[in-house]
Amino acid sequence: MAHLFFFYFAGVIVLTSILVVALRNPIYSALSLLIMFFHVAGLYVTLHAEFLAAVQIIVYAGAILVLYLFVVMLLNLKREERYHAQFPIGALLGLTIVTEVLLLAFHGSSPPEPAPSGTSTPATNGVTEVAGVTDAVAGPALSAVEGNTETIGESLYTTYLFPFEVASLILLVAMIGSIVLAKKDIFEQQ
Amino acid sequence: MSGSELLLDYLARYFPVLLFIGVALAFGVVTLAISYLVQPKYPETEKLSPYECGSEPFSDARMPFPVRYYIFAMLFVIFDIEVIFLYPWAVVFDNIGLIGLVEMLVFIGLFVVAYVYAWRKGALEWD
Repeated sequence: MAHLFFFYFAGVIVLTSILVVALRNPIYSALSLLIMFFHVAGLYVTLHAEFLAAVQIIVYAGAILVLYLFVVMLLNLKREERYHAQFPIGALLGLTIVTEVLLLAFHGSSPPEPAPSGTSTPATNGVTEVAGVTDAVAGPALSAVEGNTETIGESLYTTYLFPFEVASLILLVAMIGSIVLAKKDIFEQQ
Repeated sequence: MSGSELLLDYLARYFPVLLFIGVALAFGVVTLAISYLVQPKYPETEKLSPYECGSEPFSDARMPFPVRYYIFAMLFVIFDIEVIFLYPWAVVFDNIGLIGLVEMLVFIGLFVVAYVYAWRKGALEWD
């Protein structure tokens, strides 16, 4: 039954990922990317990573996809009449990733190195679970009844207070940079 | 309990979310299906042409958007990331107390600086 959830989410992710690159209309590609983002969020939920699921939906499905759609509309992309000739690079990258996955599937059956402390950080937790797919299905983190949002919050707002405030500063810089770049473009157009 | 049962127990708490998704999907699909089933079908070229406020269509709908929209999209992404930081803060607010409030005020204060900058620079204007 737990496998059923995993295979549903994984199957839809694979299918919609293929559709993203195979569909000729860029708007349809973006919409299948939206479905993929939601199913990745579902996969995170089965991995007990609720915070990542929320980030996935709010940031990726909410904001990043809007950026993609805006780029499509700004550039006025019509239907692609033919596929781009990027086959050699694509084949090389695909082969690399397939090799990696196969290595993980057949040699990585022993669980990866556990985190040094008892309560591993959620990020590494997610990575190890994704690395060992069989472990992920069995659900190793299920003993943690408290959601990982609490864990993230407690460490982020006490131990990692300074990086948190620096993140705010970085976002401020990003905002100023985007305004400067975009305004310059507009002034040049006028 | 085995791991599988634990996972099911855990996912059962997501049943309201599933219900929301189901209702949202059903609303769209059922509405379209009913209107498709009960509508009278007398197609004509004039009826099937794109309709906007009664005026004749004069160009392709796929025209490039002004680059101005992109500033709004980027500002939206940045404030969206601010919301992401607010979410775990709100969850653990009872545990971190006054210090948590102060640090979030500093965090949001920097965003207010960014907002004032965007405002003063006219990034939110539509001239």
